[in-house]
Amino acid sequence: MKLTLRVWRQQNAEAPGAMATYEVDGISQDMSFLEMLDTLNEELILSGDEPVAFDHDCREGICGACSLVINGDAHGPERTTTCQLHMRSFDDGDTIDIEPWRASAFPVVKDLVVDRSSFDRIIQAGGYISAPTGTAPDAHATPVPKPDADSAFEHAECIGCGACVAACPNGSAMLFTSAKVNHLGVLPQGAPERETRVLDMVATMDDEGFGGCTLTGECATACPKGIPLPSITAMNKEWLRATRKVHR
Amino acid sequence: MTRTLWDSSVGKKTIMAVSGLIMLGYLVVHMLGNLKIFFGPDEFNHYAHWLRTIGEPFLHYEWALWIIRVVLVAAVVLHAVCAYQLSRRDLRARPTAYVHRKARSSYATRTMRYGGIILALFIVWHILDLTTGTVHTGGFQSGHPYQNVLDTFSTWYGNVIYIVAVIAVGLHVQHGFWSAAQTLGVGSATRDRVLKSLANVLAVVLTAGFVSVPVAVMTGVVS
Ligand code: HEM
Ligand code: SF4
Ligand code: FES
Repeated sequence: MKLTLRVWRQQNAEAPGAMATYEVDGISQDMSFLEMLDTLNEELILSGDEPVAFDHDCREGICGACSLVINGDAHGPERTTTCQLHMRSFDDGDTIDIEPWRASAFPVVKDLVVDRSSFDRIIQAGGYISAPTGTAPDAHATPVPKPDADSAFEHAECIGCGACVAACPNGSAMLFTSAKVNHLGVLPQGAPERETRVLDMVATMDDEGFGGCTLTGECATACPKGIPLPSITAMNKEWLRATRKVHR
Repeated sequence: MTRTLWDSSVGKKTIMAVSGLIMLGYLVVHMLGNLKIFFGPDEFNHYAHWLRTIGEPFLHYEWALWIIRVVLVAAVVLHAVCAYQLSRRDLRARPTAYVHRKARSSYATRTMRYGGIILALFIVWHILDLTTGTVHTGGFQSGHPYQNVLDTFSTWYGNVIYIVAVIAVGLHVQHGFWSAAQTLGVGSATRDRVLKSLANVLAVVLTAGFVSVPVAVMTGVVS
C-alpha cells in the first residue's frame, strides 16, 4: 500500500504546530497503524529528519497509552485502540489525517503526544477503595450479586485512554469518570467512599478544565472498550444521591 | 448543598434540567390553552380572563397568574445563566478544533445553543407583543387577546418570528427532554426507547399545536 499521511507536528508545548505531509510506500495490510507509523519514522530517521512522537506501550489494546485522532475519529474508523487498528481498514492511495487528542486538559507535549496526567488526578481524588493490607482475604468472603459484579467488570474495562475526551465536542471527561465511579460504586468494597468518591472525582474533573456533558454521545461511540452512554446517567444519579446525603 | 449544585458542572446541568422541565410543563399547558382560539373570540377571551381569576376567592385577582410568572421568570433566568456558563466552560475545554472535521450528532443536539438564543429573543418579543403590547401592531387591546392574536398573525413578520421560534422549541425539546432524564439520573438502557419516543411525541405535538394558530389565521380558518 502507498499512503499519503498528513501528521500534526509540534516541536514542544509552547511551539505552534502544523500539519506536515509525508508519503509512505510498502505498507502491508497486516501491519497495525502504529507499525505503519514505525515505518514512517524509520524513513524519517534514515533521511536525517526527526521521527514523529506518538504514545504507545502494550500494543495489545489493554494499557490505554496509544491515542491519535485518525481522519477525525479517535482511535480511527474501527471500535478498537489505535494499536489494534490494522491497515486493512484503509485503501491503497488513501490520504490519512493524524492529529493528537484535542482538549485543554490534555495539552500537547510534542507532535501526537499529549499530557493525560489530568486523568491521574481524577483517579487520585477517589478512584480507590479502603482495603486492609496483609494476607489476601478468602476469595468469596464478600458476596457480590452477579448483576453488580457484571456491571463492575463492564466499567473496569476502561483503560483510561482519553478517546472519550478527544471525541467530545466539549472536551468532557464524563464517560471516563463515570466508568471509574460506577466500577467501584456498585461493589461492597467500594461502599465506604461511595459518596465522597463521586463528589471528589467530579469536582476534580471540573477543576482540571474538562467540559460538561451535553449528551451528544460522541464519547461512547469512540470508546474502544464500549463503556456505554448510560454510565453517565448512572453517575449523575450517584452524584445527586451523594449531594443529598453529604452536607458540607 | 446549594453551593455544591452551583459550583459543579453536574449541578448546573441539574438546574438546567429542572428549569427546562418546568418551562416544558408550562409550554404544554400554554399550547393546549391556545387551541381555544378555534372556539371563537368569546371562549378564548373568557379563558384569558379566567387565567386571572384562578384560585379565587382564596387568592386575590391575578395572584395565581403572578405566581406562575415569577416561577417562569426564575426558570428562564436560571436556565439561561447556567446555559451560558456551561457553554463557556465547554468552549474553553476544547479550544483547538480538529483539522479533519466530521459532521457529528443529531441536528437537534447540535442546535441547542443557537436554538436557546432564538428562544430567549423570542420570549422577550412575545411578551412585548402579546402581554404588554409594547411592540404590538394593529392597536393592542388589553382584555381582548383574540383580536391581538389576529393582529400579530396578520403581519408577515409576526408569522415568521413565531413559526421559527416554534420550530426551535420543537428541536430544543426533542434533545432536551431526553437529555434532562439523563441529567436527573432517571434514564437507563432499558428506558431509552421510551424516553426518546416520548421526547419525539412531545416535540411534534408542541410544534404542531403552536403552529396551528398562525396557520389558521393565515388561511382564514380563524378570523
Ligand atoms: C432562555 C432561552 C433558552 C436558552 C438560552 C436555552 C439553552 C439551553 C442549552 C444551551 C441547553 C443545554 C444543551 C445541551 O446540553 O446540549 C438547554 C437544555 C435544555 N433546555 Fe433550554 N434553553 C432555553 C429555553 C428553553 C425552554 C423554553 C425550554 C422548555 C421547553 C427548555 C428546555 C430545556 C431542557 C429540558 C433542556 C435539557 C436539560 C438537560 O440536558 O439536563 N429550554 N437549553
Ligand atoms: S471511557 Fe473508554 S474512551 Fe474513555 S478513557 Fe475509558 S476506555 Fe478510553
Ligand atoms: S498501546 Fe496499549 S492500548 Fe494501545
